[in-house]
Amino acid sequence: MIPLSYYLVVSAVLFAIGTAGVFLRRNLITILLSIEIMLNAVNLSFVAFGRQFGNLDGQIIVFFVMTVAAAEAAVGLAIVIGLFRHRESLNPDAFATLKW
Amino acid sequence: MLALIPLAPLLGFLVNASVGRRLAKTTSGGLASAAMLASFGVSLLAVWQLAGLPVEQRAIEQTLYTWIASGDFVLDLTLRVDPLSAVMILVITGIGSLIHIYSTAYMHDEVDSEYARYFSYLNLFAAFMLILVLGANFLVLFVGWEGVGLCSYLLIGFWFRKQSAADAGKKAFVVNRIGDYAFILGTLFIFVRFGTLNFQQLASMVAAMPPETGVFGAMSIATLLLFIGATGKSAQIPLYVWLPDAMEGPTPVSALIHAATMVTAGVYMIGRNAVLFSHAPETMLIVATIGALTALMAATIGLVQNDIKRVLAYSTVSQLGYMFLAMGMGAFGAGIFHLYTHAFFKALLFLGSGAVIHALHGEQDVRNMGGLKRYLPITYWTFLIGALAIAGVPFLSGFFSKDEILFETFAAGHWIFWTMGVVTSLLTATYMFRLVFLTFHGERRHDVPPVLHHDDASHRPDSASHRHDSGSHLHDAPPAMALALIVLALGSVLAGYIGVPHVLGGENRLAAWLEPSFHAPQATAVEVFEAEPEAGEEGEAGLELTLMAVSSAIALIGIGLAAFIWLKRRDVAASMARTYAGLHRLLLNKYYVDEVYDATVVQPIRIASQEGLWRGFDVQVVDGAVNGTGALVAAGSTVLRRLQTGSVRAYAGSMFVGVVVILGYYLWR
Repeated sequence: MIPLSYYLVVSAVLFAIGTAGVFLRRNLITILLSIEIMLNAVNLSFVAFGRQFGNLDGQIIVFFVMTVAAAEAAVGLAIVIGLFRHRESLNPDAFATLKW
Repeated sequence: MLALIPLAPLLGFLVNASVGRRLAKTTSGGLASAAMLASFGVSLLAVWQLAGLPVEQRAIEQTLYTWIASGDFVLDLTLRVDPLSAVMILVITGIGSLIHIYSTAYMHDEVDSEYARYFSYLNLFAAFMLILVLGANFLVLFVGWEGVGLCSYLLIGFWFRKQSAADAGKKAFVVNRIGDYAFILGTLFIFVRFGTLNFQQLASMVAAMPPETGVFGAMSIATLLLFIGATGKSAQIPLYVWLPDAMEGPTPVSALIHAATMVTAGVYMIGRNAVLFSHAPETMLIVATIGALTALMAATIGLVQNDIKRVLAYSTVSQLGYMFLAMGMGAFGAGIFHLYTHAFFKALLFLGSGAVIHALHGEQDVRNMGGLKRYLPITYWTFLIGALAIAGVPFLSGFFSKDEILFETFAAGHWIFWTMGVVTSLLTATYMFRLVFLTFHGERRHDVPPVLHHDDASHRPDSASHRHDSGSHLHDAPPAMALALIVLALGSVLAGYIGVPHVLGGENRLAAWLEPSFHAPQATAVEVFEAEPEAGEEGEAGLELTLMAVSSAIALIGIGLAAFIWLKRRDVAASMARTYAGLHRLLLNKYYVDEVYDATVVQPIRIASQEGLWRGFDVQVVDGAVNGTGALVAAGSTVLRRLQTGSVRAYAGSMFVGVVVILGYYLWR
C-alpha cells in the first residue's frame, strides 16, 4: 500500500502549482483553472486522509467541495464573460479601477 | 375657599390668553377686572372669617394636594391665610382691582389683541402674587416669586417692539435671577439644616433656639441668602438697578407691580420669616444698613431726575429702603404698615402720572410739562394728596407709617439710621413737591413744538396723529381712571388710621393684628405683646411725640424748600446745578452705578464668555476635539487607503500570505 505521505506530497505539489498559476498567469480563465487545481489538491488530501483513517467523512467533504467548485466555476465564468464584454480583455490587471 | 383667591385671576388669564384676541375691549378688560373684583370679594370674606377667630389661632389653611412626596420629605401645596397674608391679599386684590379698572381706560389705544394680551398678563401676575403671599411653605412661595418675576418681565417689555422696553424687561429678569439664585440657595440651606420648608414648623423650631451671634451660623447664612433674594425682588442695593428701567412698561403696570405689590414681596418674605430673621441679629443689622443706604441713595437720585416716572421709581426704591430699615430694626409691624400705606399712595402717584402722560400723549419729561393744574383738576388734586401722604405730612397715611419706622429706629438706639431716615424724609418731601410744582404749577411748557424725546412713547399707533393738538385740548382722566384715582386718594388719606400710635390717642390696631404672624405658633405670643406697650410708657410717649414733631417739621420744610426753589425761584435750581456741577452730574447719572456694573460685572462676563468660553473653550476645545477627531481619521485613512490597490492579484497575494502566516503560527508554535 502506498504510504499516506506520497499522496500528501502530490497534493502539496498540485496546490503549489495552482497557487503559482493564480499569481503568475495573466489570464482570468487560466486563473480559474488554477483555482480548480488548488481545490482538487485539497480533495486529494481529504480522500487520502479518509482512506488512511478508515473514515467516510473525507469522501463526503470531497463531494461537497466538488459541488461548490462546479457552482463556483459557473459563476466565475459568467463574471469573466461579463468582464470581457466590458473591457475586451482577460488580463486581471485591466480591472484595477475599484480603488482609492 | 382660599384657592378661589388666586384661581379667579388665573381663570381670567386663561380666557384672555386663549380667546382674548377675538373679544371686544370691553369684554376682555371687563372680564379681567371682574376676576380681580371676585378675588377681592373672596379675600374680604376670608379675612372676615379670620377676624372672627380668637387671636392665637388666627389662621386658615387649605391643603390642595400633596405636591411632592419623596421618602420622608412630604410637601403639600398648602394655602394659608394669617394676619400678615390677610393684609397682603387685601392690598393685592384691592389695589389690583382699581388698577385693572384704570387700565381699561389707559390702554384703550391698543388694538384688541394687544389689549387682551395686556390684561392676561396682568391677571396672571395677580394670580402669582396671591400664590406668593398665600403659600404656606418656601416652595409654594417660590412658585409665586418666580411667577411674578416672569409677569414683570412680560409687562415691562409689553411694548417689545421698542428696543429700550425689551432691554429693560431683560435687565429686570436677569437682575432678578441673581437674587432668585440666592433665594433658592437659602431655601435649600434651610431644608438641609432644619429639615422643613414649612413656615410654621420652621418658626417653632427656630424659636426654641437661642439667637445666633456672628454671620456664619446656620440661621445667619440662611437669612442672608434669603435677604439677597429680597434685594433682587424688592430693588435694594446692590440689585435695585432694574426698577428704574422697569418704567418702560405701561404706567398701570408700574403702579401695580413696581410700586404696590411685587416689589414688596421681599419685605413680605422677611415678615413671613420674622422669627428666623430675629434670631440672626447680624443679618438684621445688614438688612437695616442696606435699607437705610438704599433709602438715602435713591432719594438723592430722585431729586434730579427729569422723567416723571423715574422720579417715582427712585421714590419707590427709597420707600422700600424704609421698609427694610424697619424690618432690620425688628419692627416688622411697622415695615408691613409702611408697605400697606405705601401701596396706596405710590399706586396713586403712579396712576396720577399715568393720567398726566395719557393727557399729554406720551410726554414724560417734567421739563416739558407745567401748568397742568387748570386742565387736569382731578389728577392734580389726587396727585397732591399722594404727594402729601408720601412726604409724611401729619394725619395722612404716610405720616403714621413712616413715623412708626423712625420711632422704632430711634427707640432701638440706632441714631445713625434714624438720621439717615430723617434726611431721606426731607429729600422725599422735596423731590415729590418738585414733581408736583414742575408738573402742575408754573407756566405751560408743553406747547413748544413736539420734539421727539427718547422717552417718548412712539408705541401708540395714534400718538403722532394726536400730537398736533396736544396743546389745545387736554382731557382730564376719563371716568375709569378718575374712579381709581379718587378711591386711592381716599385710601391715601385714611389708610393710616388703622395704625394710629398710642400717644395720639389712637390704637395701633394693625400692629396688634399682625403680631401673631411674627411669632412662633406655640410661643407665648399673647403675653409678649401685652407686656410690650406698658414698658416705659411714660418716657416713650414724650419721645414719640418729639420725634413726630421733628418728622412733621422735616416734611413741611421739605415741601417749603421745594416751593421756594421750583415755584418762586426756578433760577435757584439752575444756579445750584451749575455751582455743584459735579454733584449734579453724579446724581443725574445715578451715581454711575449702571456704568460701574457694566464695567465690573457685565463686560467682564461678556468678555469672558465671548473670548474665553466662546472663542476659547467652545471654538478651541469643543470644536477642536470634534474637528480633530475628523482630521485624525482623515489623515490615517490617507495612509491606509493606499492598501486598496484595486488589483485582484494583490488581494489574493495578501490573503495567501496571511493564511500562510496564521497557519505557520499554529503549526510551529
